[in-house]
Amino acid sequence: MSNAALLTMAEVHTRIGAYHILHGVNLVVPRGELTMLLGRNGAGKTTTLRTIMGLWQASSGTITFAQQDITALSTPQIAGLNIAYVPETMGIFSDLTVKENMLLAARQAKRVEDIDDTRLKWIFKLFPAVEKFWSYPAGKLSGGQKQMLAVARAIVEPRELLIVDEPSKGLAPAIINNMIDAFAELKAGGVTILLVEQNINFARRLGDTVAVMDNGRVVHSGSMQALADDEALQHSLLGLAV
Amino acid sequence: MSEVKHRDFDWKPLALVPVLSLLALPLIGSGSTWLTLTVAGLAMGMIIFIIASGLTLVFGLMDVLNFGHGVFIALGAFVASSVLGSMGDWTGSQSLLRNVMAVIPAMLVAMLVAGAVGLAFERFLVRPVYGQHLKQILITMGGMIIGEELIKVIWGAQQIPLPLPEGMRGSLLLGDAAIEKFRLVAVVVGLIVFASLAWTLGRTKIGLLIRAGVQDREMVESLGYRIRRLFIGVFVVGSALAGLGGVMWGMYQQNVFPQMGAQVNVLIFIVIIIGGLGSTGGALIGALLVGLMANYAGFLAPKVALFSNIALMAAILLWRPQGVYPVTGR
Repeated sequence: MSNAALLTMAEVHTRIGAYHILHGVNLVVPRGELTMLLGRNGAGKTTTLRTIMGLWQASSGTITFAQQDITALSTPQIAGLNIAYVPETMGIFSDLTVKENMLLAARQAKRVEDIDDTRLKWIFKLFPAVEKFWSYPAGKLSGGQKQMLAVARAIVEPRELLIVDEPSKGLAPAIINNMIDAFAELKAGGVTILLVEQNINFARRLGDTVAVMDNGRVVHSGSMQALADDEALQHSLLGLAV
Repeated sequence: MSEVKHRDFDWKPLALVPVLSLLALPLIGSGSTWLTLTVAGLAMGMIIFIIASGLTLVFGLMDVLNFGHGVFIALGAFVASSVLGSMGDWTGSQSLLRNVMAVIPAMLVAMLVAGAVGLAFERFLVRPVYGQHLKQILITMGGMIIGEELIKVIWGAQQIPLPLPEGMRGSLLLGDAAIEKFRLVAVVVGLIVFASLAWTLGRTKIGLLIRAGVQDREMVESLGYRIRRLFIGVFVVGSALAGLGGVMWGMYQQNVFPQMGAQVNVLIFIVIIIGGLGSTGGALIGALLVGLMANYAGFLAPKVALFSNIALMAAILLWRPQGVYPVTGR
């Protein structure tokens, strides 16, 4: 954890209507590393990601990205700082083709031809389904293919931070392995990633650092390896059987 | 990896238009009367589509229920009556070219005024009530009433005749069928608007953003686009198109009056509900069906003509509860 923080949340509270969801989240995402955000259902993981993206406004506390306070910025402004977000629902535009989904994510491109060809080839290598079904309506893809498209869309242009909410949810083991390989390659390329997961095996294979949430707070943070090696700690934090 | 199907065009809703026309043929009996009514229905449908296309996008993109859309129709029609009134030499000419040269500026000025008023309408009436449907209905209806009163202040409360230019009057004979020239003009204008919308939505990045925003505006924002700016643009264009539709509707009826927008409003909402909220293709199908149904029912059973479009909407919603072309994710 020697790298400087790219994203920091300090005492962040989020209220949605009458509900107080985040109760002072403190989180550090080091630059160039893959940070896993773990926790039981309802711990506040998705709310944390949505609060970072400005989809739900923090009621107090500070969110800093690359030394800039982004707490009060709008979602488009936050995304404009080179932060890509893949929601739990994947956010695929079902009525658009795979190609159109990719073009939409490439903010600099007016036409598909404007997308960096080398990068596109790299994405096709990571996610062959994206190339295979390039002209097909995204709504017709399987769950795994949609997840690949969602991640491919997030990296169609270089981004400083990639935020992904439960990429392994509902996927077959073969697709999960494919996803793990893709994130490993992204990590090797220097992309900073914040990843919410429930799948501890997924997390242990990818994570550099980890933060565990419970009841709207980060209750543990440290190295992923240390948590992976400590089954008692996993049990106490995540309720996993020893 | 599971098999993925290529995009299959859903032709069934499109087939409803010829099916309705063919079903009406034996009921009407006379082929020439049927042809006259069909062209009249298609013309009416195209005008309603011009008006409804903007409204359906406004609802699809921002979930805004604009019950005041009718005011742009009336405004466009009154502005056109003033412009055409000042170009009497051109509209009175026997030359179709000179007539068209008068109608085009009338349309452009009407669109410009309706678009500008639409910009103010969005800023001062719609923006404060985003996400609040009941307030949207009340405030936009209030906006329409105020708009109608302002029209009365400027043009007077009485009905104003809007005669067709000389070259667009009368009919063309196709066998025994008389086809009014202006109805053909309306079909052509409607097709131009549809083609422009289809090109913009299907071939440009702005169109891509609108289509995506109709499905999932939160995700569009997460990709870094300011959807509110997009919405304002769509609202202004939608208002301008309603203004254009108002010009066509006024010329179709050959008169304009301040409440004409409110009169058409009901038909527009039927159209966008039949089409599927947020779907321009659906709005076209819905508008053609409504236009045809109004003309056929008006001829066959005038007493049920008013009810016929409601019945049509109910029948279609029983078949497809989200409209003929539902937008995924809504």
